[in-house]
Amino acid sequence: MADLAHARTAPLVDENRWLRMLPDVCRWVLRGDEPVRAAAEAALGLPVPAEACRAGTSGERAALWLGPDEWLLIAPEGQEGLADRLARALEGRPHSLVDVSHRQVGLLVHGDVATTLLASGCPLDLSDRAFPVGMCTRTVLAKAEVVLWRTGVDEFRLEVWRSFAPYVTQFLAESARGTI
Amino acid sequence: MIEGLRTGHGGQVDRGRPVHFQFDGRRYQGFAGDTLASALLANGVHLMGRSFKYHRPRGLLAAGPEEPNALVTVRRDAARVTPNLRATQVEIYEGLVAESQNRWPSLRFDVGAINDFFSPFIPAGFYYKTFMWPRRAWYSLYEPRIRAAAGLGTAPTLPDPDRYANRFAHCDVLVVGAGPAGLAAATAAAQAGARVILADEQAQAGGSLLSDAAGSSALIEGRPATQWLTQALAALTSNPRVTVLTRTTAFGYFPHNLVALSERITDHLATPSPDAPRERQWQVRAREVVIGAGAIERPLVFSGNDRPGILLAGAARTFLNRYGVLPGTRAVLVTADDAAYQAALDLQDAGVFIACIADTRAAGAAGERARAAGIPVLNDACVLATQGRRRVNAIELARRTDGGLAERQTQPCDLVLMSGGFTPSVHLHSQSRGKLDWSEALQVFLPGASPERCRSAGACRGVFGLEAAVGDGSAAGAAAARDALDPRRSGVDPGGAAGRASAQVAPAPAQSAGFSGALPVNGRVRGRAFVDWQNDVTSKDLALALREGFRSIEHVKRYTTTGMATDQGKTSNLNALGIVASALKRTPPQVGLTTFRMPYTPVTFGSFAGLQRGELFDPVRRTPMYDWAAARGAVFEDVGLWKRARYFPRSGEDMHAAVNRECRAARSGCGIFDASTLGKIEVVGPDAVTFMNRLYVNAWNSLAVGRCRYGILTRDDGFIYDDGVVARISDQVFHVTTTTGGAPRVLAMMEDYLQTEWNELKVWLTSTTEQWAVIAVQGPKARAVLEGLVDVDLAPAAFPHMSVARGHILGVPMRLFRVSFTGELGYEVNVPADFGRAVWEAIYERGQAHGMTPYGTEAMHVLRAEKGYIIVGQDTDGTVTPEDAGLSWAVGKSKPDYVGKRSLARPAMSAPERRQLVGLTTRDGAVVLEEGAQVLAQSGAPVPTRPLGFVTSSYFSANLGRSIAMGLVSGGRARTGQTLYVPTEHGEVAVEVTGTVFLDPKGERING
Amino acid sequence: MLLINCPYCGERPEPEFVYGGQAHIARPAQPAGVEAQDWADYLYRRDNVRGVHAERWRHTRGCGRFFNALRDTTTDHFLATYKVGEPRPAAGGTR
Repeated sequence: MADLAHARTAPLVDENRWLRMLPDVCRWVLRGDEPVRAAAEAALGLPVPAEACRAGTSGERAALWLGPDEWLLIAPEGQEGLADRLARALEGRPHSLVDVSHRQVGLLVHGDVATTLLASGCPLDLSDRAFPVGMCTRTVLAKAEVVLWRTGVDEFRLEVWRSFAPYVTQFLAESARGTI
Repeated sequence: MIEGLRTGHGGQVDRGRPVHFQFDGRRYQGFAGDTLASALLANGVHLMGRSFKYHRPRGLLAAGPEEPNALVTVRRDAARVTPNLRATQVEIYEGLVAESQNRWPSLRFDVGAINDFFSPFIPAGFYYKTFMWPRRAWYSLYEPRIRAAAGLGTAPTLPDPDRYANRFAHCDVLVVGAGPAGLAAATAAAQAGARVILADEQAQAGGSLLSDAAGSSALIEGRPATQWLTQALAALTSNPRVTVLTRTTAFGYFPHNLVALSERITDHLATPSPDAPRERQWQVRAREVVIGAGAIERPLVFSGNDRPGILLAGAARTFLNRYGVLPGTRAVLVTADDAAYQAALDLQDAGVFIACIADTRAAGAAGERARAAGIPVLNDACVLATQGRRRVNAIELARRTDGGLAERQTQPCDLVLMSGGFTPSVHLHSQSRGKLDWSEALQVFLPGASPERCRSAGACRGVFGLEAAVGDGSAAGAAAARDALDPRRSGVDPGGAAGRASAQVAPAPAQSAGFSGALPVNGRVRGRAFVDWQNDVTSKDLALALREGFRSIEHVKRYTTTGMATDQGKTSNLNALGIVASALKRTPPQVGLTTFRMPYTPVTFGSFAGLQRGELFDPVRRTPMYDWAAARGAVFEDVGLWKRARYFPRSGEDMHAAVNRECRAARSGCGIFDASTLGKIEVVGPDAVTFMNRLYVNAWNSLAVGRCRYGILTRDDGFIYDDGVVARISDQVFHVTTTTGGAPRVLAMMEDYLQTEWNELKVWLTSTTEQWAVIAVQGPKARAVLEGLVDVDLAPAAFPHMSVARGHILGVPMRLFRVSFTGELGYEVNVPADFGRAVWEAIYERGQAHGMTPYGTEAMHVLRAEKGYIIVGQDTDGTVTPEDAGLSWAVGKSKPDYVGKRSLARPAMSAPERRQLVGLTTRDGAVVLEEGAQVLAQSGAPVPTRPLGFVTSSYFSANLGRSIAMGLVSGGRARTGQTLYVPTEHGEVAVEVTGTVFLDPKGERING
Repeated sequence: MLLINCPYCGERPEPEFVYGGQAHIARPAQPAGVEAQDWADYLYRRDNVRGVHAERWRHTRGCGRFFNALRDTTTDHFLATYKVGEPRPAAGGTR
């Protein structure tokens, strides 16, 4: 029988000038207290923010603060082994580390219209002052829940549960139509 | 266009750009920049509508959003029909088609006008009093007739083809209104460095400045007003921190300084781009709000004040100066206010003959100016009547003296201007839950303290006069920016705003307070004096309401309908209040005002829906295997937001045939089923088992790693909330499944207990619903299909029923469950979602040798019902305990506590007459009961009767060759063997009470 | 659309939150020993305050945390928000 280890099928999304799908990555949700955070930071060589709504990055790895005891860890595909390394570092400390690589997809909304596009469905203030580069949070985009991470002045990464990805991309495409 | 009704120059219309349009089927020409109202006036059309109740002919009263009469329907095409637009706000474009409303067959000849002749018999409350008996006739006769006759305009019947957009916006200072005060406020706030949004409902910014004569001598900050306007606007539009929105109405004020704006983007365009949204609704969160909404001129309440050709003085001035239209040739001004004199003077300059100014007050300085201009002024004037049917042609005036009327005169005229003074527009302030303070000096309500961070500036808080309003706006804008940018400030910080508005400097008293109420006439009033044009409320109606005992202004409003509909009291409120106060011999503040409701002017439903319609009404969630099922012609059903394959019809099959085939296949060979939508929660931590013990009714200590158990979740009220298989992946890891629809609420309930009751527990919850694609393989051949695909030993001894194992399927990491929702040997393969499609196809391909058949949710329902497995929400309804559902075996009775245990210990929760889930077998196996049908104890029970319960699940079972059903029946299990009766539309059906397991009662098939 | 000050994330718009009913209603530590009437009160009895109300909210589509708030039901203004476990501040408390 064929080996299906590479037979992935991502949800279909409509890409356009301002929106594209990001490559597959490894994702984990890390839960635990401050010592867990500190230990994870040391083990991963990656800032794991204690500050609310901030993302720490190191190369292509990132740790997003999503709650006072919750971080979304992102690493390039192929770095599945990080989980074992982290689990070893956290042994003996109560924590939870759950693989959610396939739970969601990454989308990039970019360009000088990025904030305008998002403002059609996201009630947050996305000005530089209120939502600076490096800020991240769970929030809503119309009727979908998303993780919104400002990776650049005109660049937002969206982490969207896979079954909501077509809705989110259609919504953004429709809001761009006739407006931008 | 009629020559002579346009001035030669001046105003905001472009005389070089003629625009053609239709009104009631006739073609007219106007100019770019015209509204429908100004263009019709320029064509000599004054009759623009029929009143709501009496169908009286009506013309324009106003020139802005307060216009109550000239409501029109604009028809772009069959689907694009918008009723109840104010002609004063409709910008004309080439090809515009508009129609008058509330008339049949035509505006000039309206059959409904018969109501006017019977008007003495149609007073306020007529409908309530008249159509009371016979009572049955209300539904069959009166209500349908009244409904057909009532209503403003006609709602469109086709789906709205336009697009609507939505925008969330945030700013430091939102300025509502781009008149002199608003422009000054926005300018000051922008200069202070604030992010500013300036919104105005008109096509152009400028507000009252647009109504000034071209040669007006008005100065602002030492510059001619027009120059000031141009420069202020240029500075604002070129400032990147400022957003200027025209054609944008602030229609509602919500808590925490959220103001809703409706921006009209394409309604004024002849050929809008098909991509452009028609409107955009803005939800603006402003740290500070400055309201510069201006003031609305008050009509005067005198007999016959509603004929076409009688309009507000300021409106006439606007038509003249802004649109270059002469609204008449021979005019009389009736006024209780100085400001209106300017209208008479402007009209005179433009060549209109001013026959007389009738001032209700004693002689004053303004009168002298008019006399100097050669206009006769009648002081202490009263209006006795007006004449003319479709247009005013004369007005009867007199002077009031102590000895009666003097100088009675009938002035022929085709235009009557009136002014009772100005009513500040306090709508938005009032919607902010701001208080209204009565001003003795101005005899109007002014904005008082608001709990929101808002200020009013200019005429809307009684600061009249250009320089004063500009100064007030400037101060308000600067103060708003200072407060918004205060570094100690966070967000909108609404607390502490209260009381600040009252700290604003009180406005200087104006020269004149104007008049509100019914104009006094010595002796009885002849004819009708209208207070509310739109709702046909007269001063007599208000008096009648008071005579009939209504005292509260809110009751008077509802009885007479004054201040309702699009008007919302804009022109009528203060006059109604004046009449009521004077009749009750109370002061206006003692009587109070009715609530100003949003929207300020009507807002389309489309703009509320925004993008969230059609495909985007709700997210449509699809599983990784959706495309595979769709390609095989699956019929889908909505389960929550999910699309689930309901059945897979082969050619020529209807649903029943397909479901029967699918059900048989699952029990004879094997079926494959997409269970990905089931909720999944990873419960992880050293206290995971403690958490599960406290939450679920089951005992979890005894669940070994590698084993699964059917879990039941009740709430603390003891009723079943959700269920699902729970697997112990490791000592500290549980893989919990929930129902498809229950996933979010179960996770929310878990988080609630964990965070707020048991936060000492070291356990964390992560939703993994979408991480896993779940492929159920069910049937006697299930093992044969999976063997060789997976690296888990499937031998019954190694992997018995209710086992779980981690492993791989074709190299893909997997959690394999041996579970069954069919009663057959079954497995559920969980793989990371992106692999779902490929693994499904591989299993399906392997399964072909074993007759593998895909089945949908319909067959799943039948298969589980054959085994008596419940579906939460179908066989339970929020009042069913585990015992009621026959699931006592699952309850960990020795546990000291779990969520729901205390409630289940109540004696009533185990009362023998409780409704219990039982099987219901029809005598005739071909009869399939209807779900929801009532179950009765006796045959032919009289109606009404108390049912014993109802049918919850009912199907035809192909495997059993007969129908099966379950129901909740009072004392059901003790009735086993009894015959009960189910009434149906085809007659009564006798059923026998049985157990709920219809197939394989010993449960042997689960072993394959 | 209220603006709610999450004790963890700061002021955020209402669509991110879910209302959680009256605050400071603790589940009895030993439910089995609770009298029927007291249990019924715990389950169902809630205040209907005109004025300052202590209530639960959850920043569901944010940090996911439950927290408590004092809200004036006549103005919808929040006087305080505070973490679970912290005592109810004096009404009119600090922000």
